[in-house]
Amino acid sequence: MAGFKSTEKYIATRDLEVAVNAAVTLQRPLLVKGEPGTGKTVLAHEIAGALGLPLIEWHVKSTTKAQQGLYEYDAVSRLRDGQLGDPRVHDIGNYIVRGKLWEAFEADEQVVVLIDEVDKADIEFPNDLLLELDRMQFFVYETRKTISAKHRPVVIITSNNEKELPDAFLRRCFFHYIRFPDRATMEMIVQAHYPDIRKDLAREALNVFFQVRDVPGLKKKPATSELLDWLKLLMVEDIPIEVLRSNEKQVVIPPLHGALLKNEQDVHLFERLAFLARRGA
Amino acid sequence: MFSHLVLALRAAGLPASVTEHLTLMAAMKAGVAEYSIEDFYFLARATLVKDERHLDKFDRVFAHCFKGLEPPEGVKVEDLPEEWLRKLAEKMLSPEEMEKIQALGGLEAIMERLKELLAEQKGRHQGGSKWIGTAGTSPFGAYGYNPEGVRIGQDESRHRRAVKVWDRRDYKDLDDTVELGTRGMKIALRRLRRFARQGAATELDIPDTIRSTANNAGSLDLKMVPERHNNVKVLLFLDVGGSMDDHIKLTEELFSAARSEFKHLEYYYFHNCPYEKVWKNNRRRHEEVIPTWQVLRTYGPDYKLIIVGDGAMSPYEITMQGGSVEHYNEESGTVWLERLSSQYRHSAWLNPTPKQSWGHVRSISMLNDLMEGRMYPLTVNGIDEMTKELSR
Repeated sequence: MAGFKSTEKYIATRDLEVAVNAAVTLQRPLLVKGEPGTGKTVLAHEIAGALGLPLIEWHVKSTTKAQQGLYEYDAVSRLRDGQLGDPRVHDIGNYIVRGKLWEAFEADEQVVVLIDEVDKADIEFPNDLLLELDRMQFFVYETRKTISAKHRPVVIITSNNEKELPDAFLRRCFFHYIRFPDRATMEMIVQAHYPDIRKDLAREALNVFFQVRDVPGLKKKPATSELLDWLKLLMVEDIPIEVLRSNEKQVVIPPLHGALLKNEQDVHLFERLAFLARRGA
Repeated sequence: MFSHLVLALRAAGLPASVTEHLTLMAAMKAGVAEYSIEDFYFLARATLVKDERHLDKFDRVFAHCFKGLEPPEGVKVEDLPEEWLRKLAEKMLSPEEMEKIQALGGLEAIMERLKELLAEQKGRHQGGSKWIGTAGTSPFGAYGYNPEGVRIGQDESRHRRAVKVWDRRDYKDLDDTVELGTRGMKIALRRLRRFARQGAATELDIPDTIRSTANNAGSLDLKMVPERHNNVKVLLFLDVGGSMDDHIKLTEELFSAARSEFKHLEYYYFHNCPYEKVWKNNRRRHEEVIPTWQVLRTYGPDYKLIIVGDGAMSPYEITMQGGSVEHYNEESGTVWLERLSSQYRHSAWLNPTPKQSWGHVRSISMLNDLMEGRMYPLTVNGIDEMTKELSR
């Protein structure tokens, strides 16, 4: 099988490649954490693309139960059918609704499963999936059948660190923490997304971007996804480079800052800094 | 092989387990690391570390364990590791090998000597000034599992590669024993939320379902109600002024974040030690005081009490009647603290000063005794421990 490497669209650092390849080779889940906007969810798409496998996405919410990923027994519609005398009621199999993991296990080829934002769910959620992810099989009580994976799927799990994950769960995973990319990596990422961007524009924009990230006290530091959005805006609006250029000491509010700063306190902070800088000059 | 890395990690407090060790072995066998040291580092990290808080510790332990891993001059990086990997795979301990080790003065003695050397190396963060193992090819000399005996040379390494990844210590600020920064604060408060929110959203309302089904002439009509959340009630006492000025930002951050996490959160300010009055508004602290008795009467014992303060004061302020620096207090701080902790069975003291310095300040240890040892540092770890204690 071809290993996972940086693609034209997605720049993966070497440590990420190693982690992904380890998870794929040993068929264990890969847990990915990192600042919001560093490409955790996109990673699953890229892995699926690189390995040429279909992707099954399971987005977890606060109300999601582990069981829903396997199957659900729709007792209510069966009861209703029973009351109405529908003949379907005699086969319990008609009321088993398949979940995402079942789909993945039953698939005829290996698939990539993304369990997105696992920490959003209840604290017991990961524990309830231990055996299923370990053995890649589960038992359907209603029909007395064991569903086991035809091909062990590649499982990618993302977390925003809202909850502590149980040790037993962690022990079964590989772990990767996506660090915020450094300047060189960021340049590659920009290049990958906008190959036809003007070199000087990219350079100045990155200067401003890293300057913004360095401002102490920002509530939400802009991340990669924000930078990409902002660059796109800059290109569409055709902003002259001079606007971005500033001497080192001065803080300027970047043009179209709405794409970078997502919080009115942060914008306010910037306005204050810019005001102080102007007065100082 | 590599078991010494796992053992060293465990000794450093990282929860690495046998399962993970075996996973690492399997991954090595499957050739994931492709015989490059850096890949091996990445692989070991992905396998053994499961929390970014531990990444820095891992880097340190890794550097410590694999000191001397850099190849000697003239040998290509790509050429070497394959050799040691294979060599090490063959080297499982046999009885004769054990004897050899015994002959060298016993495993213990060797380990002791190695520990000393490793400790020395810890101080320096550059690679390769001291080598442990045979010609630097075997990292496992470090813990004495080397049949040829342990040779400790002191070669100056002339060839030093660019700074190694694990020596860069990129994850330093994610370590959970440092005092809280803004990011740490966020994570810590998620801990607090752990006992504030439990259980998922909906459950079946049986009485209502029965009533509604009956109304429907027997055809089923399900009624759901939102599941009751665990309503945690928190009473927060914050020290202001004086020696707390240094910690005010930290306390403010904690407070503002705590406010959004709890439905029932009441806060009061005090100075140094809680006495008979507290206040809600710092600007009007002298006009709008609230008797502590009133607080005790208003908020029942189901509240959890968290006191935030550095506890740095004169011991008299705690033990003596009239000891307060600001006013004449009828009853001593001890009396008030005992009153508070008997009313609130779940109470804790959070202290923003580092735990190591507590022993030097007498008032802190006195307060700690009064709180029956429930004083915690204002770090992610500290808040974690406090949460565990409070949610018992």
